[in-house]
Amino acid sequence: MPHPDGPRLRPPHHRVERRAIAWWMVRAALIPVPTALVTGVLYLLIPPARLVFGPVFLVVALFGLAYLTVMPLWRYRVHRWETTDHAVYTSSGWLWQHWRVAPLSRIQTVDTVRGPLEQLFGLSGIKVTTASASGALIIRGLDRGRAADVVEHLTTATQATTGDAT
Amino acid sequence: MTGDVTREATDEVIAGAERAAAPAAEPAWHRLSLRLIPVHLSWLVAPVVSGIGTLIGTGGRLNLQALLTIASFTVAFLIVAGINLTRVLTTGYRITDARLELRSGLLFRSRRSVPLERIRSADVTARPLHRLLGLATVNVGAAVHGASAARSLSLDGVTLAQAHALQQELLSGRAARLARRSTAADPDEALDPAESSVPAPVAELSWSWLRYAPLTIWGVGGLLAVLGICYNTLHEMQIDPLKLGVVHQLVAAFTAVPLWVAVPALLLVLAALGTVVAVGQYIEGWYGYRLEREDGGVLRLRRGLWKHRSVSIEERRLRGLELVESLLLRWGGGARLYAVATGLGNAEENRTRGILVPPAPRAEALRVADELSPDGQPSPVAAELTAHPRVARRRRINRGLTVVVLAAAVVALPGIWVPGFLPAAGVVAAVLLPGAVWLGVDAYRALGHALVGDHLVARSGVFARRTVALQRTGVIGWTVSRSVFQRRSGLLTLTATTAAGRGAYRVRDVTLAEGLSLAEQAVPDLLAPFLERD
Repeated sequence: MPHPDGPRLRPPHHRVERRAIAWWMVRAALIPVPTALVTGVLYLLIPPARLVFGPVFLVVALFGLAYLTVMPLWRYRVHRWETTDHAVYTSSGWLWQHWRVAPLSRIQTVDTVRGPLEQLFGLSGIKVTTASASGALIIRGLDRGRAADVVEHLTTATQATTGDAT
Repeated sequence: MTGDVTREATDEVIAGAERAAAPAAEPAWHRLSLRLIPVHLSWLVAPVVSGIGTLIGTGGRLNLQALLTIASFTVAFLIVAGINLTRVLTTGYRITDARLELRSGLLFRSRRSVPLERIRSADVTARPLHRLLGLATVNVGAAVHGASAARSLSLDGVTLAQAHALQQELLSGRAARLARRSTAADPDEALDPAESSVPAPVAELSWSWLRYAPLTIWGVGGLLAVLGICYNTLHEMQIDPLKLGVVHQLVAAFTAVPLWVAVPALLLVLAALGTVVAVGQYIEGWYGYRLEREDGGVLRLRRGLWKHRSVSIEERRLRGLELVESLLLRWGGGARLYAVATGLGNAEENRTRGILVPPAPRAEALRVADELSPDGQPSPVAAELTAHPRVARRRRINRGLTVVVLAAAVVALPGIWVPGFLPAAGVVAAVLLPGAVWLGVDAYRALGHALVGDHLVARSGVFARRTVALQRTGVIGWTVSRSVFQRRSGLLTLTATTAAGRGAYRVRDVTLAEGLSLAEQAVPDLLAPFLERD
C-alpha cells in the first residue's frame, strides 16, 4: 500500500451461516449439472455426434465443477454483516466484492427474503431498502431465527427516526 | 359486479365520513375542460386519414388485409375515444385545506387524495392540439411513503389558466406553508416579501446554440426510427415499400453509379438529413427555453415549440448538479446541465425533467451552475479535481486493447478455413489500435474527484463525460466495490448512494487510502466506525 498509515476497511463482525456454503453450491449446480448430464448422455447415445457433444460436455463439466467448488468457499470468506446502533454494514461478492454502509436513519423498509432453496437449508435473507434508487442492502444466508431478531432490531431502530429518509 | 358495488359503497362511506369530519364549506370540485371533447373525437381522424392515404397509395385497389387493418384501427380508436370521453366527463379535482383530491371513473370509480406536503412537483405540459384549444395537462408528482419513486397523478385537459393556478397553488402554497412552519425554528428560511418581484431569468435560449444540435446523436437515430415506423406500417398493410415507384427509382439511381461514389453519397445524405432532423428537434424541444427562479425557492423551466413543457423543481429538493459532455458535444465545446434532485421520478423522468440547460456552450452551462449554487460561490462542477493514480490509466488502455483483440479475433476466426481473413484481422487491429489507446487515455483524463465546500465532486466517462457535484448531506450511504483487477492494483470504486437523481454516483478507480479518506471526510461518522488504521 502506498500510504502505510492510510485507513483500511475492517470486515464486518459476523460471518453468515456455514450452511450457506451448501446453499450456494446447490444453487450453482442447478444449471451446469443437468447440462453436463444431458450432453454426457447424448455423447454416449449418438456416436456420430460425439465430435460436438464431447467438447461441450468437457467444457460444461470443467467450468461447472470449478465454479461450484470455488465460488461458495470464496463467498463464505467474503460475506459478512454487522448492525450497529447507527448503521448496517455488509460485505459480499467474490470476484467483484462490495462493502456497503447505510445509516439506520435513512432506512425505509426492512424485509425478510427466503427462496425455496434457502428454506430447504433453514436460511433466511434480509433486504434493507433506503430512499436511493440504486438498490438495497441484502444479507443472505442467515439463520432463520437470527434473521428475525435482526429484522426486529432494525425495525424498532428505524421507527425511532422521523422523516421520509430522503 | 359485486366488487364494484362494494367499492362504490366504500367510496360513499369515505365521502360520508369526510363530510362528517369537515362540516365547514368544502371547496367545489373543478372539472376538466369540455373543450377536450373535440380533441378526443380527433382520435377518429387517424383511421379515416390512414384509410384515404392507403386508397391513394394503392390506386384504389384495397386488398382484404388492408381493409382489416383499417377496420381494426377504427375499432381501437373508437374504444380509445370512448374511454377518454368518459374520463373527461367524470374527472374532477379540488384542493382542500391539506389535500389534493381527485375523482374519476364511471364504472370503476376511483378517488385519490394526496396530502399537499407530499407533493413534490407539478409540471404543466401542452401538446399542440391542447394548445390550439388553450388547454394543458398537469402532472403532479407525489412521494409515497416507503416507495423510492414518486407516484404521478395526471390531469389531462384543464384550461391553461386552471393549470397555472393549480401549479401555483400546489407549489407556492406549499413553499409558503413550509416557510410558515419553519419560521419559529429557523427564521432564515422564511420568505422575504421584498424578493417576490418578477425575477430575471437564470437562462434563456440563444439561437447561436443551434450549432450544437447536430452534435447530438438524435438526428440520425430519429431519422432511422421514422423510416422504421413507416416501413412497418406499410408492411402491416401488405404493401411492400420496396415495390413503391419512388423507392424503385431511388434504388435504380443508387445502383447505376459506382459503389465508391454511391456509399459516400448515401452517408452524406444521411448526415445532412440527420442534421436537419436534429436541428428540428432542438427547435421543437427548446424553443422559448427559459429557466427562472421563482418565489419560494422553485426553479421553473419552460420550453417547447409545438409541445409546451413547464417543469418545476423545488430548490429544497436539489441535491446537486451534473454537467454532461457527450463526446461530440465535448469536441464542439458544448455541454448539458442536469439537476440532481429528489422526487423527479424514475431514471427516464430524471433525464427528461431534470435537464436544466440544453446542449449549449460549456461556459453557459457553467454560468447557470454558478448562478444556482447557493451563496454566490462558484459552482463546484467547475472545480479543479484531483487526478487518479496512473494505474487507472493502464486499466483503461487495457480495456481498449481487449476490445481491439476481440474485434480482431472475430475477424480472424474464419481465417482457420479461409486464409484471406488473417491479414484482414491484422488490418482491423492496426486501424482500431490508435483509437482504442486514445479513448483509454481520454477516459483516464476524465477521472477526477474533490471535496469542494459542502459538495462531493466526481468526474468520469469518455463517451459521455459526467461531472457531478453532490451535496455531502445528500449522501445516504456508501458502497466500496473492488474487482479482482482492482484488488491487485490497490484501487477501489467508491459509490455514493443518494435519494436524488440516478441514485448512485461513482468515484472510479482511486487508491484504497484515498477513496476511504474521501468517504470519511465527505460524510463524517458514516464510514468511520468501520475503518481501522495501523
